[in-house]
Amino acid sequence: MTTTWDAREEILALQKVSVHFGQRTVLSEIDLSIGGGEFIGLIGPNGAGKSTLLKVLLGLLPPSSGSVHVLGRAVRRGSAVIGYVPQKIHLDPGTPLTGRDLVGLGLDGHRFGFAIGGRHRRERIDDALRSVDATHLAQSPVGRLSGGEQQRLLIAQALLTEPKILLLDEPLSNLDIKSAREVVRLVARISRERGVTVMLVAHDMNPLLDVMDRIVYLAHGHAVIGPVDAVVQSDVLSGLYGYPVEVLRTRNRILVVGGQDTELEDWNLAGEEHCDGGVAVS
Amino acid sequence: MTGIWNAIFAAGFFANPEVQNALWLGGVIAVVSGCIGVFTVLRGQSFAGHAMSDMGAAGAAGALLAGGTAVAGFLSFSVVAGVSVDLLGVRPRDRDVATGLVLTAVLGLGSLFLFFDTRTVGAPEIILFGSLFTSDPGLTPWLSALGAAVLLALAILFRPLVFISLSPDTALARGVPVRAVGFAFMLLLALAVGESSLVVGSLLSTSLLIGPASAALRVTARLRHAIPLAAGLGLLGTWLGILLAYDSFYWPPYGRGWPVSFFITGIVLAIHLLSRLCPPADRHGSTRAERTAKRGV
Amino acid sequence: MMGTWLGEMATAVFSPGMFSFSFMQNAWLSGTIIAIVCGTAGFFAMLRGSAFAAHALPKIGFAGAAGAVWLNANPLLGLSLFSIGGALGIGWLGKGARRDVVIGLVLAFGLGTGALFLSFNNEYAAGAISLLFGQIVGVSQSEVVDTALLALLSMAMLAFLYRPLLFATISPESAEARGVSLRMLDILFLVIIGVATAITVPIVGALLSFSLLVGPAAAASHLTHRPGRAIAVSVILSVLSLWVGIALAYDTGWPVGFFVASVVVLVYAMARTGATLADRRQRAKSVVATD
Repeated sequence: MTTTWDAREEILALQKVSVHFGQRTVLSEIDLSIGGGEFIGLIGPNGAGKSTLLKVLLGLLPPSSGSVHVLGRAVRRGSAVIGYVPQKIHLDPGTPLTGRDLVGLGLDGHRFGFAIGGRHRRERIDDALRSVDATHLAQSPVGRLSGGEQQRLLIAQALLTEPKILLLDEPLSNLDIKSAREVVRLVARISRERGVTVMLVAHDMNPLLDVMDRIVYLAHGHAVIGPVDAVVQSDVLSGLYGYPVEVLRTRNRILVVGGQDTELEDWNLAGEEHCDGGVAVS
Repeated sequence: MTGIWNAIFAAGFFANPEVQNALWLGGVIAVVSGCIGVFTVLRGQSFAGHAMSDMGAAGAAGALLAGGTAVAGFLSFSVVAGVSVDLLGVRPRDRDVATGLVLTAVLGLGSLFLFFDTRTVGAPEIILFGSLFTSDPGLTPWLSALGAAVLLALAILFRPLVFISLSPDTALARGVPVRAVGFAFMLLLALAVGESSLVVGSLLSTSLLIGPASAALRVTARLRHAIPLAAGLGLLGTWLGILLAYDSFYWPPYGRGWPVSFFITGIVLAIHLLSRLCPPADRHGSTRAERTAKRGV
Repeated sequence: MMGTWLGEMATAVFSPGMFSFSFMQNAWLSGTIIAIVCGTAGFFAMLRGSAFAAHALPKIGFAGAAGAVWLNANPLLGLSLFSIGGALGIGWLGKGARRDVVIGLVLAFGLGTGALFLSFNNEYAAGAISLLFGQIVGVSQSEVVDTALLALLSMAMLAFLYRPLLFATISPESAEARGVSLRMLDILFLVIIGVATAITVPIVGALLSFSLLVGPAAAASHLTHRPGRAIAVSVILSVLSLWVGIALAYDTGWPVGFFVASVVVLVYAMARTGATLADRRQRAKSVVATD
């Protein structure tokens, strides 16, 4: 599905972004230009540099070289323009915190002092809860909710500042197939309704095939961006990995099979939750 | 040459039977603590390890008050403490609260015992701060045998313990009894800590348990190297501390010696800080982010 | 008959002079103040899993008190310097290493220093040893004022940091993405614990001060789901525990810490059991409803 995004409005621009940790190159000359309302899947195996790229986009890690611009301005830390959804939160079942409290942190959790209540604040939180279909979770203790329910609250939390970009860090990795599908559908709907650019990080591209506008495929610190059909091709990915890999398409699913055992294992683990019928990867 | 030798090893250092006993017992404890400590640090159980030594001290205070021996008090209370901490807290933050509350309960009683002891015996310093030089030589063979037994049990548990410490989920999937192995380790930890806090006091016990181990884990990512390294660093810290404490009899301000626990805890802290100058070791290809995430918890 | 029995009970529990002696009035006043601080700070300590730090700082502070006694200085000064210094040390060293390892090593070295100071004291250091167990005569009139000022300082810091601290504790990644400095918050929170420690130790004792920071908040988390209410409940339980502790310590002459710890553990056990029972009843009810 290639939908119409407004290509004239550039929301996010990366130019020759490289990140080195000591001797190691984690990201190498990444160029990206992403428009308003696009749904981008950021796909790659473990250790490809996905988390590092997210940190760079959030302004938490200054790149060793290159520039990052959000809405035409150099990226800075703590910007309200970017809504960030972490992978998961670690909470004990007994944590004294309700769904509403958790979502409310997205609005003013970074400010000092107490939250001064008021109708306006309450309405904004209600609105965010409604947009993720979580109104019924408002009074529930967060620690006892399922992973999918917590994920929805975290999305609501990120939406409170009305961001232009939503960054989701592996939101599907801890969910069962059904919850994962719901989260993907929800994020796609929010992106459409609010015109928000989405960048969703995942190991496995399959759950996103129906909703992605473009894919950013990351391996060994190098990235390729484009429509899925153009990027996920044996020759393109082989160039990216630096050794021959093969792309298999079966029953509307895409599998990437590589020459190295470790890579295969990664894909096996990543695919476990989403691959039905146990398609032979090994 | 002999001048330097005498300046480092004050007269009578090697001939003194108390020093010999301290060197041997301290060595046993340093080695056992270092080996057990590697897993304690890896499993994030430093608080539990420390709590056991405090609870052992509470048991010793009770035993002294009742006219018994400190040994029984130390060992029984730290084992009971290990069992209850293990049973009450399964999840990490749960475990934090569980450890805190078990410690509150036992230390509450212990402080009462100690309080009564202060009126009669004057025991708090001995129990809390301990001293290698005053330990009973008659106990030395028994304590050495206990140390050897703990190490033997650790060797038997080694592989499943490594497995459940590094990747509990996979271990569970492969049919390793994760809870049972964890529980067995808790018992070993309790025995090691009970023994060491009996000899060197509860504060030194914590220091020797986690200091050398954390330094070793920083320097090497391979457990096979980390365990002997931790034992060696512990041994170094303990013997150096004993030497300095012996030498300090001629030091200001009062010329009656500085406590050995001060030296050992200081040296162990220094070893830990020095080890942090090394770049972090890569463990089984885990990414930097993963390691940071683990530390954050 | 019943009346005299009740009267005897009352005089046994509320022994004469419990409220009239001026040292007891100091104890009630400063005890209430520290219980409020510990109940509030304890809520965050529980959420952040800081039980070990809460346990370590009083003992590190004790080492400072032993040093002060050796130098003929005010033990409370040594206590405050070491507990706040220990907090800064743990926060500073805590970056890039396991937190519990750093706490354990700083604690051990702190106590090692304490052992050194104690050994320097020519006679039995009663002034320092009493800080180990705590005592109800632990605070003088002027120290009540100091306690109140330090309490005010830590409560003001907690109020100021409330939202970012909650955010950083519940979901650190999101908070960091919104520009919250996790490291600064971490160090400031440890300092708050250090200050709370410094004012709690004289009454409750270095061995058991942490029980007021751990127990009431943990009990409160079983009784309510809202953070604001949890803090209120935690403060109430903390104040009650300390009052019972002071009263019984006055009656028996035993250390306050023992009673406070016992009450705190009892309260926690009751709260946990109560919550479990209520949970079970609710589940049974919902099963009936769905049938």
